[in-house]
Parts: sequence; structure tokens; C-alpha cells
Amino acid sequence: MKVRVLVRPKAGILDPQGEAVRSALPALGFGGVSTVQVGRLIEMEVETTDEVEAMCRRLLSNPTIEEYEWEVVR
Amino acid sequence: MRIGVTIFPGSNCDRDALCAVEQMGAEPVELWHADADLKGSDAVILPGGFSYGDYLRPGAIARFAKVMAPIEDFAQAGGPTLGVCNGFQVLTEAHLLPGALLRNAGMRFVCRRVRVRVETTETPWTSACEPGEELTLPVAHNEGNYFADPATLEQIQAEERVVLRYLENPNGSANDIAGVCNEGRNVVGIMPHPERVSDPVLGSEEGVRILRSVLAGARV
Repeated sequence: MKVRVLVRPKAGILDPQGEAVRSALPALGFGGVSTVQVGRLIEMEVETTDEVEAMCRRLLSNPTIEEYEWEVVR
Repeated sequence: MRIGVTIFPGSNCDRDALCAVEQMGAEPVELWHADADLKGSDAVILPGGFSYGDYLRPGAIARFAKVMAPIEDFAQAGGPTLGVCNGFQVLTEAHLLPGALLRNAGMRFVCRRVRVRVETTETPWTSACEPGEELTLPVAHNEGNYFADPATLEQIQAEERVVLRYLENPNGSANDIAGVCNEGRNVVGIMPHPERVSDPVLGSEEGVRILRSVLAGARV
């Protein structure tokens, strides 16, 4: 089955990448965007989801600075 | 004294570090990422570079390389261990040092010499410095912005575990931190590159002063 993991900076952690994107949007004429967070999307084909949680904690995210969520997409 | 230098795919300061070790008067030992032991090293340096292409996060993949198992044992047993730049990132990913290194606040790769102050000489890697000594060392990184949660920051401050501090902060690091050590003080991570200023030919030997410290505590 396919698992989709979303990793993003924890709330309150400086996200210079998101900030750079946010400040670029008005330059293209897109207004009204107050915050942008840039994260990482990881898709995996797995036999079982038993270890997805451990994968997220040990490798796919760094719990010091990031949070994650995952779901089975099919 | 034998000083091991790790070589991961994508390390690019390993040669410089090996040369710097020689310059210090110690014996350089190459530690390949797939090695299962430290070949009798008395100290270990994890050099800078872009191990495993910085994929996922800098240091995230290198942290699980085979050579990291004996390094973790060595570090936890009190062996002098130094991570420089990407090596610092690897040590935080391996939880041998607190905190993490975020992308530079200015979104730019920073490559220049910076002034830093030696904040503690009670580590094997700074014992030959004077307390409060100021050094000019090169930095070259995209993720050097030191972060730790407020409680951890307070703890490392209180325990005098900030090893180097920037005089002009180049990357947004919390409390101008350029380097920290672990609770046992034997594991040190710094963003600046002492190995790049370890020979007169490179314009400065200031880096040798840091590296040479480790010889004082040598178990020869």
C-alpha cells in the first residue's frame, strides 16, 4: 500500500524557506498571504504500516525541529 | 596519538582534516563510512561536506552509516570526538549533541571568515586555548543556524557547554552559538572549519590551536 508522510517545521520554528516564498508571492501580484510553511512530502510503498511511525520518528523527521503526520492513500 | 577522520560519500573536508591532523603532529587515520571499527583511534573527527548529498536533512543519513556505531560507543565512553560543520550536523542527528542546525536565517549559503570567541576551555578540543580567546575561522554552510528548545538552551548555557560563540552572527544561530559540547564535554560540534586554517600556506594557523588541544589529553 502507499503511505504519504508529511513533514513540516514545528510551530514557532523559524522557517526561512517559507518566509522567502511568502515574500516572493506579492512580487508576482498574489496578495493576502500572511504565512507560508515549506515542508516535505514523502511517499512510500510499504507492505505494512506497522513501522511507519518508527520510520517517521527515527529518520523521516527530526523531532527536535519537525512534526509529521502520515496516512495511507491506497 | 592516532586521530580518525570519517569519510562518508559526499564528505569534502576529509583530506583537509587529515592534513591538519598531520600538521598537529598526530597520526591521521582514515575511517571509511563502512568500517566497523575505529582502527585504534584515540580521537575522532567528523569532517565537513555534504554527506549523502544532504538528502532528507544534513547528517540524517550519515548518522546511520556503519562507522557511526563504534563512534557512538566511543563518544559515550568519553572518547574525544569533534564534528565540524556537516560533522556537527551528523552529531546532532545522532543525538550525541543537543539541538539541531536549521537553514541559515538569511536563506544564503555563508562562506567567509568569522570572528568567534572560545567560551569554554574545558573540552578536549579547546583546552589549549585561552578562556575568552578570539579566533578568526572560516565558515561555509547553508544550515548553520543553531536551534534548541528554550529549556535545552538554558541548560547548555548554565552548564557552560557553549564552546564557541560568534562575535558577528552569520546565520541566525540562537544565542550566537557556533559550537556546543555534550554533558560529558568530550563530544564537541562546531560550525567553523579549523582545518581550513591549519597551515601558513592557507593564510593562518589559528585552527591548529583548537585541534592541537586534543594532544594534551592524549593517551599515547
